[in-house]
Amino acid sequence: MSGAINIMRRELTGYFATPVAYVFLVIFLVMTGVFTFYLGNFYERGYADLDPFFRFHPWLYLFLVPAISMRLWAEERRSGTIELLFTLPLTTIDAVLGKFMAAWLFIGLALVLTIPMWLTVGYLGSPDNGVILAGYLGSWLMAGGFLAIGSCMSALTRNQVVAFILSVVVCFLFLLSGLPMVMNLFRGWAPQVILDGIAGLSFFKHFADISKGVIDIRDLVYFVLVIGFWLYANVVILELKKAE
Amino acid sequence: MIEARSLSKRYGGFTAVDDLSFTVEPGQVLGFLGPNGAGKSTTMKMLTGFLTPTSGHALINGIDVSENSVAACEHIGYLPEGAPSYGEMTVRQFLAFIARARLINSQDVAGKVDQAIDKLNLTAVAHQPIETLSKGFNRRVGLAQAIIHDPQILILDEPTDGLDPNQKHEVRHLIQDMAHDKIIVISTHILEEVEAVCNRVMIISDGKLLADDSPSGLISRSRYHNAVSMVVAGAEKVASVLSELPEVAKAELRDGELTMFPANENGLFEAITAAIASNQWQVSALRLEVGRLDEVFRSITTGESVL
Repeated sequence: MSGAINIMRRELTGYFATPVAYVFLVIFLVMTGVFTFYLGNFYERGYADLDPFFRFHPWLYLFLVPAISMRLWAEERRSGTIELLFTLPLTTIDAVLGKFMAAWLFIGLALVLTIPMWLTVGYLGSPDNGVILAGYLGSWLMAGGFLAIGSCMSALTRNQVVAFILSVVVCFLFLLSGLPMVMNLFRGWAPQVILDGIAGLSFFKHFADISKGVIDIRDLVYFVLVIGFWLYANVVILELKKAE
Repeated sequence: MIEARSLSKRYGGFTAVDDLSFTVEPGQVLGFLGPNGAGKSTTMKMLTGFLTPTSGHALINGIDVSENSVAACEHIGYLPEGAPSYGEMTVRQFLAFIARARLINSQDVAGKVDQAIDKLNLTAVAHQPIETLSKGFNRRVGLAQAIIHDPQILILDEPTDGLDPNQKHEVRHLIQDMAHDKIIVISTHILEEVEAVCNRVMIISDGKLLADDSPSGLISRSRYHNAVSMVVAGAEKVASVLSELPEVAKAELRDGELTMFPANENGLFEAITAAIASNQWQVSALRLEVGRLDEVFRSITTGESVL
């Protein structure tokens, strides 16, 4: 575990030593603002809640999280530091967890920086703070899911652009798996169990449930399982093709 | 102790390392010598656990690397090919990261980092991001991270690549300083480096071990070993006279320099000096050859005798 924490510290140092962190944070804050106020009609709706804010998070993450995760392993491969990393007395699990935690905390920081939005709602009306807190939790968990997928895709290639595109595609499938356009592909030939399974994979549905303020253990377990599954796949891929 | 037991690495139909077996004991500085693509780096990657051998085993102090690479790695300091490092970090940040990863106690980290910076003369650039440094500094940062935990085994892939002659000298000095109680394995294609720092040489080509000897042992395989070269007036006439001597196997004239090859173990130099004195030849240079490593290297790796 100390190995994972050391890796996490190194990664976080790396983020803030380059413009990556600042560019990401600024873009994230500007985009959440634009979505909330223009597309979400924050004022016009006349409700003191953050629904217009959270509603667009899945779409924002679809592109911004792969932008963070694409370099996680592809960059290590390209620069050859992967050889340095895996000849240190660390397990692959340490390395994967450390990198994941750093990126997840970083996205957490981006979310924390949107708290003025919460304060604004609080100033304008009297929102249900529990629902908003649940929204933040759900959003962060969903970001973790996207991130675990992105980290795994990044381990497949030394090319960051390829990693980005693969991540966006896989995240997109996960996001949309409950929507009719995906379900229609399976409907008619797949048995109901599989249809339910596919519908149950949707990030949308679980995120929507949590951000309504209903923290159901099943939704939490869902995100934890998604993260666990993709990080496990990440470890397996690295073990299989460390040196390629 | 490093022990390689029938190490092999195959990629599809291509064999990078072919059934390599050897052991290295403390006090030995082993040089892997071989043409580019000979399998030197691949062998080192298997010794450090980065690559899993297709067959065979690598043991570090008795620990099988492919079974327990974390435990084996603790004994090793490794400089990978090209000295990769995290360019956005400063030298100090990077070395501190490595020190913590190497399980050095957190209160000792700063001290160990200082020591390594001092040993490799990195003080001037300690607070600069690594990506802004020259190639020579980069390589020294790579060496600093390899020795920071004072490992018993050092595996250095081309440690002096990209260094200027003074820096090369310093690094060789550093290696020699550490050599007496450690195991050091370096790879190189610079022949003079082998003579300067190694006390054992393995020549590898196409993944196969072709020679395992001391540098002096290798040099003595040269056909120039104990030959006598001279620059003399009327060289052709001198050559014909000297080739009659029983001690001379063959006389060769090249670029104005006459070289006599010995017919048997000793006595060539004495016989030639005696002939010079009695014939009163005008000799402007005369030397006893120890042998030429480059010639031995080429004849071993290309399999043909080199003139």
